[in-house]
Amino acid sequence: MAEHASRALAFERVLLYAVLLFLALLFLLPVYVMVVNSFKPLDEIRGGDLMSLPGTWTIAPWLSAWSTAQIGVQPTGLRPYFLNSFLLVVPAVAISTLIGALNGYILTQFRFRGAALLFAAMLFSVFIPFQIVLIPMAKTLGVLGLAGTVKGLVFVNVVYGIGFTTLFFRNYYAAFPYELVRSARMDGAGFFGVLLRILLPNSAPIIIVTVIWQFTNIWNEFLFGASFSDFSSFPLTVALNNLVNSSTGIKEYNVHFAGAFIAAVPTLVVYVLSGKYFVRGLMAGSVKG
Amino acid sequence: MAALDLVNIQKSFGTTQILHDISIGIADGEFLVLVGPSGCGKSTLMNVIAGLEEPTAGSVRLDGQDITALPPAERNVSMVFQSYALYPNMTVARNIEFPLRMHKVDKALRAERVRSVAKLLQIEHLLERKPRQLSGGQRQRVAIGRALAREPRLYLFDEPLSNLDAQLRLDMRTEIKKLHQRLGATILYVTHDQIEAMTLATRIAVMKGGVVQQFGTPYEVYNRPANTFVAGFMGSPRMNLMPARLAGSDGALALTIGGDAHVGQRIELPPETGGLSGYNGREVIAGIRAEAVSLVRDGAAVGPKQRAIEARVVVIEPTGADTLAVLDLGGHEFTARLEPDTALKPGQEARFLVDVAKLVCFDPQTQQLIA
Repeated sequence: MAEHASRALAFERVLLYAVLLFLALLFLLPVYVMVVNSFKPLDEIRGGDLMSLPGTWTIAPWLSAWSTAQIGVQPTGLRPYFLNSFLLVVPAVAISTLIGALNGYILTQFRFRGAALLFAAMLFSVFIPFQIVLIPMAKTLGVLGLAGTVKGLVFVNVVYGIGFTTLFFRNYYAAFPYELVRSARMDGAGFFGVLLRILLPNSAPIIIVTVIWQFTNIWNEFLFGASFSDFSSFPLTVALNNLVNSSTGIKEYNVHFAGAFIAAVPTLVVYVLSGKYFVRGLMAGSVKG
Repeated sequence: MAALDLVNIQKSFGTTQILHDISIGIADGEFLVLVGPSGCGKSTLMNVIAGLEEPTAGSVRLDGQDITALPPAERNVSMVFQSYALYPNMTVARNIEFPLRMHKVDKALRAERVRSVAKLLQIEHLLERKPRQLSGGQRQRVAIGRALAREPRLYLFDEPLSNLDAQLRLDMRTEIKKLHQRLGATILYVTHDQIEAMTLATRIAVMKGGVVQQFGTPYEVYNRPANTFVAGFMGSPRMNLMPARLAGSDGALALTIGGDAHVGQRIELPPETGGLSGYNGREVIAGIRAEAVSLVRDGAAVGPKQRAIEARVVVIEPTGADTLAVLDLGGHEFTARLEPDTALKPGQEARFLVDVAKLVCFDPQTQQLIA
């Protein structure tokens, strides 16, 4: 009886792993295709088999994608746009996260009239599709003199990100022990003292979640980048699109694959480094501790 | 250290009035306990004193200085919270010096203060630990240490022992009392536990529904409760409250408990009855503490303040130190605290002595003590 049960259990195990393995392969397949083809000479890809390993390995497509490929009309490769994306992402993530923390602090620790309404309004911004704000935002950037600059993109992404970051921090701080804040106030901490010395140092999980979320979204964001930037300020996503769509006659698939992978590397790095915190952060508050 | 005066404090949230015209004053070095059931407004009152909530009306004075409008940080008042509220990102030493850092006390003095507080509370070996590495009792000590470090004028304790297990709670209670005696600090302490209130306080304010029911020494509150609520709330077991009829002539009044005037349920009162004479011929509520009732011993003389009654034993509850007997007196149950070795059995009829010096009466309409 016991043996029978354990055998059934073993079979279930095998089935479970088989399914998981199959799904993992399914997810990894596009990555595999991208990587192997980015190391092939173009002839081999034209030859037909996307799945096979490269016959002759070459890093030329990567070098080309990085520094010499035709982006629009310039043969600059992705490098300057990679830099643009960094100059965009770092301040946009930092500013939107800090504003989110500040908003969350104010919305939860100060009971003021209309707090719930204000939060609902900010939450609403999360559900507004990007396209709706394009024209008003273009107008705003024009008035601010930020049109076509990386700073302008930082502004747009910060504004658009505040809804999310506020949501994250507000919910985290709503569950934050109120007595800690009261105690800090009695001990003499002021408005920013409480935020900087008590709330933020105890917010690691939600800061990590917010940073990953914002980093991934802004790094991968295309529509605002395409709409509000010019040749000098394209983020990487737009440059990648231009790389793929540059009509110089032949489609260099191997370069495209390499370029796409270059564009994906930073978000992968962020996930690998902090993925466990991400999961932990999403669970934060569900259990004590 | 300072004297604290609350003058006509009122607090409302919208249309709900939480505190009704509260006026209490304590002298420097007193230990005031606010006690009452949950929702009685005691924590709100503490928050008003701490400056965390603003009163709707009235003022808070510390040594005569009106501090009602001061922000909490400028009142020089320290608070120990129920959850300890230790900052999880800081070590014990950092926690203790936090209020000093916030008040820009210089580094050498801070270190000195942390050292002396840690020594006083015997937590020197814990200074480099984080709060999560401490046990409940240790956290409690650190929380008290943080309150001490500032050398405040007033200490506030908000149910500080509620999160501790039973044994530790007793130990910490003694610790807090020792600390009070050593520092001579003015302390305001909130609890729902009437035993904590009795053991710690030099003065107790019993609250219910946002109103101070009685403000007095533990002795007064216990022995002469201002109304039936206080009588029922303070003490364990609670004071026995029974409807009784007062009859007789002036100077020779007697209470009859239960319906008929059976002789065993009649308690003659001493001649000096004060306000009771006005209740001749009327119903009152008689209040008798469990320890004011004792078993008649063979051959022992009945004292001048003692009256014999006859009652039937309903339940015997030995507690070790003494035995509680639930008795039936004319259809009303009441509890007596008897010797631990009592041989009484349930169902048995027996004679008991009531100490009339410890008997109090309440007005059945107003529920107030008849003085």
